[in-house]
Amino acid sequence: MKLHHTTRLLILGSMMSIPVSAADLEISITNLTHGNHFTPILITAHDDASHLFQAGEMASPALQKMAEGGAIADLAAAAMGNNEITVENPAMGLLAAGAKTSAIMLDTQAMTHLSIVAMVLPTNDAFIGLDAWEIPTTPGTYTLNINAYDAGTEANDEIINGGGMPGTPGIPAAPGGDGGTNGTGVMDSSSNTRVHIHPGVLGDTDTAGGMSDLDSRIHRWLNPVARVVVVVK
Amino acid sequence: MSIIKHMTHNRLTTSMVLATLVSLSACSDNDNDAMDTPEPPPVPVPTQDYRVTVTNLTANQPMSPIALIRHQAGMTVWQTGEPASLPLETLAESGDSAGFADMEGIDALVKGQGILAPGMTESIELKLSPDEVASISLLTMLVNTNDAFAGVNSVSLMDLAVNATVKFNSIAYDAGTEANSEAKGSIPGPADSGEGFNAARDDVDRVHAHPGVISADDGLADSVLSASHRFDNPVLKISVERLK
Repeated sequence: MKLHHTTRLLILGSMMSIPVSAADLEISITNLTHGNHFTPILITAHDDASHLFQAGEMASPALQKMAEGGAIADLAAAAMGNNEITVENPAMGLLAAGAKTSAIMLDTQAMTHLSIVAMVLPTNDAFIGLDAWEIPTTPGTYTLNINAYDAGTEANDEIINGGGMPGTPGIPAAPGGDGGTNGTGVMDSSSNTRVHIHPGVLGDTDTAGGMSDLDSRIHRWLNPVARVVVVVK
Repeated sequence: MSIIKHMTHNRLTTSMVLATLVSLSACSDNDNDAMDTPEPPPVPVPTQDYRVTVTNLTANQPMSPIALIRHQAGMTVWQTGEPASLPLETLAESGDSAGFADMEGIDALVKGQGILAPGMTESIELKLSPDEVASISLLTMLVNTNDAFAGVNSVSLMDLAVNATVKFNSIAYDAGTEANSEAKGSIPGPADSGEGFNAARDDVDRVHAHPGVISADDGLADSVLSASHRFDNPVLKISVERLK
């Protein structure tokens, strides 16, 4: 944006004269994937120094619990302990592929940034992530495209065995009832233990064997995997 | 973290080397009259300081040493739909960015410390004079590929205020200069330790968005890559913060 210098000073001056004030947000989240569910979603509003996760950093134990098993209680407790504002499980359970949860109301109070996470199921440790988006001070409707991250905490073996606890290999479940069995396991040769963009699942077309218990025709995705619409009132 | 004091035009560097050679030979005789008079110290120019921070977002694609390029506003280091330049072909196939130093329109090339491993972050600090902020580009190769690269193209820092930060996410591009065979011997990264640059152009010969790698796990039988070498966008996170 090219502004006359004086204009810029005027804008800065007017911005600084407005005290930080609460904003009412109305949020909706859409699952854009072909055949993956999102486990219970966690939304937090926080200050500019806080994060639920950061790409290129190690996952916290609480984030690992969410990414491997869908459990958001520890992340939410930590956020509340940090005096953040939280919305837990707005979809009241799983958000299916193509589904949308809307009319999520959030009063930001003194908070300036918004974060969102939820596990992508069935995967080993994929999650949708919005990291510290600065909430606009101008009222309006803002649309954000959300990517799938890999928590970097569990090998992507693509075996559905009920393993959802941190450190337990495997995928908890395929909620759509479309997972396979008896996969021999995908060899994950990545040594990246930090949060990163998920390379995507491999899957195969053998529901009774093969390498993966995921179905390559159903469970693959490309970013973005979720669309978030925030109305700043 | 490397501190880059000043980025010098390549042609200027060459002429400075020549000048040094001339003065060295002048010193070899004992005729003091031939000594150069010392040049007056340069007038210090106040610099604008920046920190460029990059994070490799991929699961298993190490990235070649970051190439940070300062160039004329009238040129771009790549253009989708157009053939890659020879320096871009070289970078995308081998990770070697040195060719950009000799390229017309490029004023300076700064290299990162080394391979940027998956998940890792590196910062490079720049001190630029006000007439050096018009156009900055950054490139790196995804080394477990035939010719994939990522980066940002022709960013102007002119409107970036002190303490402000501008952020970018880069998709993976395909240089279009080498077929994505994934075959043994064709990929320079640790998945293969194969060939880097090859002057032959056996692909579409235009830069485009990378279609992604296939891997042996996904049915390309003679691929040296496996499931974790596949990637989705974005692959590289870049931020530029103005410090001073």
